[in-house]
Amino acid sequence: MTPVEQKETAMQYVDEFRDPALAKSLLKQIARVAAQISRPANRPLQIMEVCGGHTHAIFRYGIEQLLPPNIELVHGPGCPVCVLPMGRVDDCIAIAEQPDLILATFGDAMRVPGSKKSLLQAKAEGCDIRIVYSPMDALELARQNPLKRVVFFGLGFETTMPSTALTLLQAEQEGLSNFYLFSNHITIIPTLRAMLEEPDMSIDGFLGPGHVSMVIGEAPYDFIASEFNRPLVISGFEPLDMLQSLLMVLQQISRGEARIENQYRRIVNSAGNDPAQRAVEAVFELREHFEWRGLGSIDHSGVRIRERFARFDAEREFALPNQSIVDPAECQCGEVLKGQLKPVNCRLFGKTCTPDKPMGALMVSSEGACAAYFKYGAPQLIATAGGEG
Amino acid sequence: MNKPETGFKADTITLAHGSGGRAMRDLIEGVFVEIFDNFQLSSLEDQARIILSDLQSCGDRLAFTTDSYVVDPIEFPGGNIGTLAVNGTLNDLAVSGARPLYLSCSMIIEEGLELDQLKRIVCSMKQAADAANMQIVTGDTKVVPRGKADKLFINTSGLGVIPAGINPQASGCRPGDKILVNGFIGDHGATILNARGELALDVELESDCQPLHELVECLLHVCPEVHAMRDATRGGLAAVLNEFAEQSKVSVKLWESAIPLRPEVRGVCEILGLDPLHFANEGKLVAVVPAEAAASVLKAMQAHPAGRDAAMIGEVQADAVGRVFIETGFGGTRILDTLNGEQLPRIC
Repeated sequence: MTPVEQKETAMQYVDEFRDPALAKSLLKQIARVAAQISRPANRPLQIMEVCGGHTHAIFRYGIEQLLPPNIELVHGPGCPVCVLPMGRVDDCIAIAEQPDLILATFGDAMRVPGSKKSLLQAKAEGCDIRIVYSPMDALELARQNPLKRVVFFGLGFETTMPSTALTLLQAEQEGLSNFYLFSNHITIIPTLRAMLEEPDMSIDGFLGPGHVSMVIGEAPYDFIASEFNRPLVISGFEPLDMLQSLLMVLQQISRGEARIENQYRRIVNSAGNDPAQRAVEAVFELREHFEWRGLGSIDHSGVRIRERFARFDAEREFALPNQSIVDPAECQCGEVLKGQLKPVNCRLFGKTCTPDKPMGALMVSSEGACAAYFKYGAPQLIATAGGEG
Repeated sequence: MNKPETGFKADTITLAHGSGGRAMRDLIEGVFVEIFDNFQLSSLEDQARIILSDLQSCGDRLAFTTDSYVVDPIEFPGGNIGTLAVNGTLNDLAVSGARPLYLSCSMIIEEGLELDQLKRIVCSMKQAADAANMQIVTGDTKVVPRGKADKLFINTSGLGVIPAGINPQASGCRPGDKILVNGFIGDHGATILNARGELALDVELESDCQPLHELVECLLHVCPEVHAMRDATRGGLAAVLNEFAEQSKVSVKLWESAIPLRPEVRGVCEILGLDPLHFANEGKLVAVVPAEAAASVLKAMQAHPAGRDAAMIGEVQADAVGRVFIETGFGGTRILDTLNGEQLPRIC
């Protein structure tokens, strides 16, 4: 009896992008093109997927083990939960501990460790912390609880930034006086630049983040091609999307090109989303610098609330500890992020650093490379143990 | 003679109903004794008295289990906390191969619970027990102040008898065995998530809450030597298979595309970044059977209404002890681990 006897109703727009037969054909082309690219001995092609959503999909579908051995995927810094510094989590908990206050957060952030505890622990100790699915849900909490202050823990790249901005505009329009935003929104472009400027940078090409690009468009990546001579292909999140994007990157490399291409045209407009950009522009401005867990402080990589919306700004409303907590010295997250080290080769991996008790950024969320290795298995382990049958 | 209508008149449960006095007696006699309706309860003794020779005629071992039920909301599409409390404990007995016979029912009620709602729940417990020929023969009621419990908590213990020669166990999986499941996975978990109303998703989902003892009987009829069997409740399919792999010192290989999954459940999971293999089920069992028996067991399961959508979803392997692997529909393989705490949605 074959394993696949029972076929469920196909889920439109999803199953088309997970077709194993098409995957095989793409993998063949990938192997062929990769073989044409000449490499120094023992030095595989390193392709970075920038976005945590891509990292998750790579592990979820077991993509890495299907690739030829001369291609190495480097799992980039695009997981906003992973790179959230401990000091900001501490600040958030200090807010949550105020009396008559509701802290609203995406579920993603609940387990992120601060220097002493996580939001999950703070909730268990009695803080009123609610998981919401949209910042608009937090606004609704503020309407329903006029006698309490409601603070939304704003988190994420340009993907979630517009919905936070629109929520603040809505709060202003309604004249809500008990709604606040604790902005930890970050922007990926300055971080990509900082990584590319590192002298030991060895990444050969990039898969660009799909949802971020849906908002910002293609142009912000131009410098990667023009200044650093690396190709980037904006990619969707389904496995076939990612294989096709990878093939496009490899084709560029084999032809000696470096351009910004867009594989995710069904979602990403080359100019991005104008209303979303305008909402973000209205509400947020760049900070001088922002700290990234695992990477340190990066100039202009975070956004704060503009003066006009100061009364909604949790950073102005609350006295925050605002302590910078340095990562443990043994942490090698930075090297993993730059592709110089595989997660399993970190001296802490699986020993003192586990998803239960993460020491470093990349073990924090399942979109972090180390947590994904831990949870879904390092490709080598799968190849030797689970691959047969 | 008709019962006098004095029984029970309050609209809501108050602390008085747990005080040990008149009001409590009214609640017990007017709701529990009347609805559960059996002579063990009606005798109003402090314990049920069960005749040993009746038990001995059913098998050679007692199966005894207990479970507490807390769920929010307490009524949801496809069931309520009462049907869960009966079927859940019944299924814990059934997957040992036992014939389920008796239940206890202990309730912790938050003051302010509406009597109509309590009666609805108690009635559905009675229906669920009747459908399985089980009797709820002993019980207890406590009422706690507002905020000290969430509407209603129920504990049920169950007693059953295991026929001689039947002994499925988590440590019994052998390399080469096939893994079967009796239908769609994750319905209950997805239903509860959606019933909380936070998602505002317009999907038709129902809990799979159902008794499994008859299905188990059919299965054992064609394969009395079934190696391992569990109902996949909290922690889902992933938790059960990881336990099997660890305790049997084997590994498990699943074929993702063979796992029965409703499009609605897939949809909820796709949107929120959740894995249905971690969702709770309340009417699904996993059976591990010798390869040569797999086809006939599958056929027997599919012939029963509770197993109509049964499928063979994987097999037991000798290497990589303690691990569960899942071969994705896409052709890759990944580890399926037990959940570490509650599953949280991925948004940002």
